[in-house]
Amino acid sequence: MNNAAFEIDEAEKRRLLGELLAGRLPDDRGRFGPFGGRFVPEVLVPALDRLEEHARAALADERYHAELASLQRNWVGRPTPLCQAPRLSELWGADIWLKREELAHTGAHKINNALGQALIAKRMGAKRVVAETGAGQHGVASAAACARVGLPCVVYMGAVDVERQQPNVVRMERLGAEVRAVESGDATLRAAIDEALRHWAGDPIDTHYLLGSSVGPHPFPWLVRELQAVIGRETREQMLDQAGRLPDVAIAAVGGGSNAIGFFHGFLADEAVSIVGIEAGGTGAAIGQNAATIATGEPGVLHGSMSLLLQDENGQVQETSSISAGLDYPGVGPEHAFLRLVGRVSYRSITDNEAMEALDACSRMEGILPAVEPSHALAGARTIATERPGATIVVNLCGRGDKDMPILMRHWGQR
Amino acid sequence: MTPESGPDIGAAAIEAAIRSPKAGGPALVAYLTAGFPTRDAFAGLVQEVAGVADVVEIGIPFSDPMADGATIQDASRVALEQGASLGWALDALADAFPSGPPAPLVLMSYLNPLLRFGMERLAERSVAACVSGVIVPDLPYDETDEVAGPLRERGMGVVQMATVVSSAERLRLVGEATSGFLYAVTSLGTTGSGSLDTSGVTRFLDDLRAITQAPVCAGFGIRTPDHVRSLAGHCDGVIVGSALVETIGSGGSAGAFLRSLRIG
Repeated sequence: MNNAAFEIDEAEKRRLLGELLAGRLPDDRGRFGPFGGRFVPEVLVPALDRLEEHARAALADERYHAELASLQRNWVGRPTPLCQAPRLSELWGADIWLKREELAHTGAHKINNALGQALIAKRMGAKRVVAETGAGQHGVASAAACARVGLPCVVYMGAVDVERQQPNVVRMERLGAEVRAVESGDATLRAAIDEALRHWAGDPIDTHYLLGSSVGPHPFPWLVRELQAVIGRETREQMLDQAGRLPDVAIAAVGGGSNAIGFFHGFLADEAVSIVGIEAGGTGAAIGQNAATIATGEPGVLHGSMSLLLQDENGQVQETSSISAGLDYPGVGPEHAFLRLVGRVSYRSITDNEAMEALDACSRMEGILPAVEPSHALAGARTIATERPGATIVVNLCGRGDKDMPILMRHWGQR
Repeated sequence: MTPESGPDIGAAAIEAAIRSPKAGGPALVAYLTAGFPTRDAFAGLVQEVAGVADVVEIGIPFSDPMADGATIQDASRVALEQGASLGWALDALADAFPSGPPAPLVLMSYLNPLLRFGMERLAERSVAACVSGVIVPDLPYDETDEVAGPLRERGMGVVQMATVVSSAERLRLVGEATSGFLYAVTSLGTTGSGSLDTSGVTRFLDDLRAITQAPVCAGFGIRTPDHVRSLAGHCDGVIVGSALVETIGSGGSAGAFLRSLRIG
């Protein structure tokens, strides 16, 4: 693992992308090129092996898919709609479409993964589930999925996030989950993952760790992608059906990157579709002011995988800043680092203020109040519309803004 | 392979120190967080601990210590606030032991600070600082070969971990791959947490000694002379981390605490 692994020529980029499109990545070591892998304490290795075995068996089992499909339809509310955004389109000078993941049960795409993993946990015979959460959406989704399949659920949430996403804490508790506030580290998503991993290490046999993003040790980045890929599959089909064409640009917000990886997978093989991931630019470009990992991070290992990481010269993970709890993470899923390396996806960042302006515009123009996270993607669409006037742009609206009332009140209250 | 700077460091030196402890009973492997409670105190502490213990683990603080419980998390945070780093610790060790340490030194670090430092540079600087090996808690057996080459080329120990939940096949692989000693993780969870089930653990330790040539050292949750007594005869050494860090944090004597764990 030397720096040469991260600097590859055009031929190697094409070869690696071909491997991905052929369904051969991650490889049997959980690698996407130089990224991914399984960098965990030895005590977690048997649990990861066992999870991979059960997940592969489930995803190859028609009965699993039938049960999942039935619950997706009747309990989650899939397929989620795709709708054109006529007034935003006029305002921004492009043809804007919205994938309405915010209409999924519990208000975000997180339910796709939570339900899929909860069903696997049940098949594995897990006695309980532990999860981490940033914005609270994955925690709520996990609590709901665990209630549905009948498993106790403990959710670790950074103390800072507990405060700024209070409505979701109440929701998790009403759904029967136990929420544990994490005071250690930076008291946000990253510290919550540290604590959930510690919990799992203490009970690796009977506990299933329901990781909510496309991060962490193999098999999580693969499993989460497979469970979120339904977003991209539906969107592609709906675009062809409703717009009669593929989009010019597909765009999604990237924190750890689960909504984006599932959305992007619908379009990776379509060379004519530009794919753009939007990171949290926070309040500025300096270290500590943002969570733009791909823009400014460097290769490193955090939470069990090699990816890009916001770190200092000593390899210490840096604090991040974003108005969005769901994007406030110093790492990024290894497959995103890979897609950037091979050049298939471009990544940009959007500041807190740009995201809040886009949130406001979408609310007023379309009657849809998006979460702060996809508001970053909306702001990215606005920027791209200025560069490519008239382009057909599809945005993954991965969550609704109901949970963000404390943030919205603070943001507009200060004006 | 003979280490470059003399016969007293490297994997063989760790094994020898554990096989022939300074006092009776199992060898004592002591863990310190570098830079806790202060950077200035580090040289004196590591000299004191190396004078009593048979092997000293030097913990390099990391921002996200996922295998550690509250004690070492806190010590790591304090050390980072003091500006402790891998490069600083290696310099401090070289200064603390100008004619070599009285016990082999082993770095215990999460992977990212090592990768960032550079494995080749780490190997060179470790030899210069008389460091004999490394323990990397988030580097499992399967990923070790890819990063540990420069360390092994210089004869340094690369310690593998065995746990009670590992499969028999996995234990055989880590038992073969380890060098310096085999780290037997005696309780689930994080360092310093949980209660040690000594009766359940002795059989695990006996099994490990049958599958590895390396000495077996038991760690995680060991904090009293009774713990040491109950494990004696089932392992070659015991590892004391959180309990020692707590002693240091509360102003107690590291040397006296370690001597209290000598049962021979």
